[in-house]
Amino acid sequence: MAEDAVIRAQGLTKRYGATVAVDHVDLDVRAGEIVGILGPNGSGKTTTILMLLGLTEPSEGRAEVAGFDPLRDPLEVKRRVGYLPDSVGFYDTLSARDNLAYTGRLAGLSRREIDQRFTEALARVGLPDVGRDRVATFSRGMRQRLGLAEVLMKRPSIAILDEPTATLDPHSTQEFLGMIRGLKADGTAVLLSSHHLDQVQSVCDRVALFNRGRIALWGSVTELAHRVLGGGYVIDVEGRGAGVRNQLAALPGVVRVQELGPELYRVDCERDLRAEIARRLAPSIDLLGIRFAEPSLNEVYTRYFDEVRDAA
Amino acid sequence: MRRRGFPFTGVGAVLAKEAADYLSGARMWLLEALVFLTAVAAAYAAILSIRANIGESPFLFLRLLTMAQDPLPSFIALLGFLIPLVAIAIGFDAINGEFSRRTLSRVLAQPIYRDALLLGKFLAGLVALAIGLFSLWLLTIGLGLLFLGLAPNTEEMVRMLGFLVATIAYGGVWLAVAFLFSVVFRAPATAALAALGVWLLFSLFWSVVTPLVATLISGPPEGIFGPNLAYLQTTQILDRISPNTLYAEIALALLQPATRALGPVLYSQVQGALLGAPLPAAQSFILVWPQMTGLIAGMIVIFAIAYIVFQRQEIRA
Repeated sequence: MAEDAVIRAQGLTKRYGATVAVDHVDLDVRAGEIVGILGPNGSGKTTTILMLLGLTEPSEGRAEVAGFDPLRDPLEVKRRVGYLPDSVGFYDTLSARDNLAYTGRLAGLSRREIDQRFTEALARVGLPDVGRDRVATFSRGMRQRLGLAEVLMKRPSIAILDEPTATLDPHSTQEFLGMIRGLKADGTAVLLSSHHLDQVQSVCDRVALFNRGRIALWGSVTELAHRVLGGGYVIDVEGRGAGVRNQLAALPGVVRVQELGPELYRVDCERDLRAEIARRLAPSIDLLGIRFAEPSLNEVYTRYFDEVRDAA
Repeated sequence: MRRRGFPFTGVGAVLAKEAADYLSGARMWLLEALVFLTAVAAAYAAILSIRANIGESPFLFLRLLTMAQDPLPSFIALLGFLIPLVAIAIGFDAINGEFSRRTLSRVLAQPIYRDALLLGKFLAGLVALAIGLFSLWLLTIGLGLLFLGLAPNTEEMVRMLGFLVATIAYGGVWLAVAFLFSVVFRAPATAALAALGVWLLFSLFWSVVTPLVATLISGPPEGIFGPNLAYLQTTQILDRISPNTLYAEIALALLQPATRALGPVLYSQVQGALLGAPLPAAQSFILVWPQMTGLIAGMIVIFAIAYIVFQRQEIRA
C-alpha cells in the first residue's frame, strides 16, 4: 500500500447470505491519481464503491477513506468524498440551483458558500445559464454535468464516479473526460467505474479489473498488457511485400503477430525490437512505417475474459 | 461497531426541503382544497342549524364541529374520513419515490445518516399536515365568529385545541402507515394501494370484523342472564386497535362535554351522577388520555417499524 494513499481497502468483503459480492479486495488510490475500476456487471464494482462511501457495511476487511473508517466515521468520509452515481437522479420539479442547494445544505455549506460554489461549478461543467431552469427540462447529458457540478461544489479530496459517461453522446463524453482530468489537476483522487475501456485508458493512471467480486488484475495499462498479452512492448509495423507476417513471427523475442490490415501488423514483443525489425525486414520488403503501439485496454480485457472462459 | 457523529445531522435541511415540497405540490393543493371545501361546507351547514336553535347549548362552537346537517355529515366525521387520505397522499412515495427518481444514493452520499432522511421527511409530512389542519381550525373559528356573532369561550378553545392536537396525531398514524409501505414496497402505486387497503379495513370493515372475532373469543353478545360483559369488553379492545375508533372517542369526549364514559357503563357507576351535565375540560382530557396516548404511541411504533426496515435496506439507487 502506498504511503500517500487516500483510499485504502484491505480484504474488503461483502456477502449477501451465501453469495459473495465482493471477495477480499485490496485497493489503494493516491492523491491526484485516477484509478479505473472495470469488470462485467455484477462483478462487485458498485458494492465496493458503496462500502467505501459507508453506504453499505462490509462483512469483512477494512477500508480507510481520506483518513477515516467509512464504517465508523461515515459522515467524515462523506464530507470529503464527492459521489456521482450511475444514472444520477434529481428532483425534477426543482431548479438546478435548488437541487444543488439542498445537497449543499446537507453537506453543511452556508448559503453564501452555496451561492458562490454553485456559480463556479456550473460554469466549470459548461452549464452557466441554466441555474434557474427546472431539471425536468434537462437532457441526460446535462444531468450528468449537473451531477459533476454537485461533486465540484463539495470541493472533495476524492471523487467517486460510477459510470459517468454511460448515457452521454461522443462529444459530451470527451468534454466530460476533460472535466475528470480537471479534477486530477486539482489534486483530487478519482475512482472511476466504467464499461468504456477506451475512455478509462485515456484518463486513468491505474486500473483494477474486477471479476466475480475479486480484483483479478491491478496496475497500469502497460503492466496489465504485459501480464495478459504476454509482451511488454507492442509495435505496429507497416510493410508491403510477401511473407511479412512470417518474417516478423520468426524474429527472436516476438510473442505474437496480428494482421490489423492489408499492410499493417501488430507485434507483441518481449523487448523493444524496432531496430531489429527494421534491419531484418528492410532488405526484403517495402517498410512503410514502424512505431510503438499503445497496448489496448480493450484487448487486455477481452483476452483476459476469453482466457477465464476457456479455463472454465 | 458504533458509528460516530450525531444521527440526526441534516434533519433540519431535509425537513425544510420536504415541507416546502409538500406544501407547494399540486397533490397537496388538490387534497387540501377538497378537505377545506367539504369541511367548510359542513361547518356552514351546522351554523345554519345552530342559528335556528341558538339558545339550546352553552357550547355553540363545539356544536359547529359535531352537528350533522343532511346531506352533509358533521365536520369531525368528514375529518375522520379525509385526514387519512391526505396523510397517505403525503407519505406513500416518501422513500420509494427517492429510489425511483434515483436520488437516494446521491442524497445519502452527503454527510447525513439515513436516520435523518427518514425522520426529516416524516416530520415534514407532519408539519404540512399540522399547517393544513391549523388553517382549517382557524377558518372554522372565523366562520363561527362571522355567522354566529359570538366568540368561543375559554373552555371551548381549550377543547378545540385538544381536538386539533388529536387530529394531528391521528393524521400522524396514517402518515406513519404510508411511510411504512413506502419503505417496504419499491413501487409507489403498490405502497399507495396497501395503505388505502389498511384505511378501508379500519374505516369500513373493522366494525364488521370486531363482533365476529369478539364472538369467537368471548362467546355471543347475549348471555342467559343478559348482555355478555366479556363480549362487550373484547369488542371494545378490538375496536380500539383501529385509529379511527380512538379518534372518534377523543372527538366525542372533547367536543361533547356531557360525555362521561367511553365504553360500557354499569348501573352502579352512574348512581348519583348528573346525567347531561357537562364535565370540566380537565376531566374530559383525563377521559381521553388513554386514546390520545394510544394514537401517539401507534404513530411512534409504526414509524419505528418503518425506521428499522429502512435501516436494513441496501441503498443502490
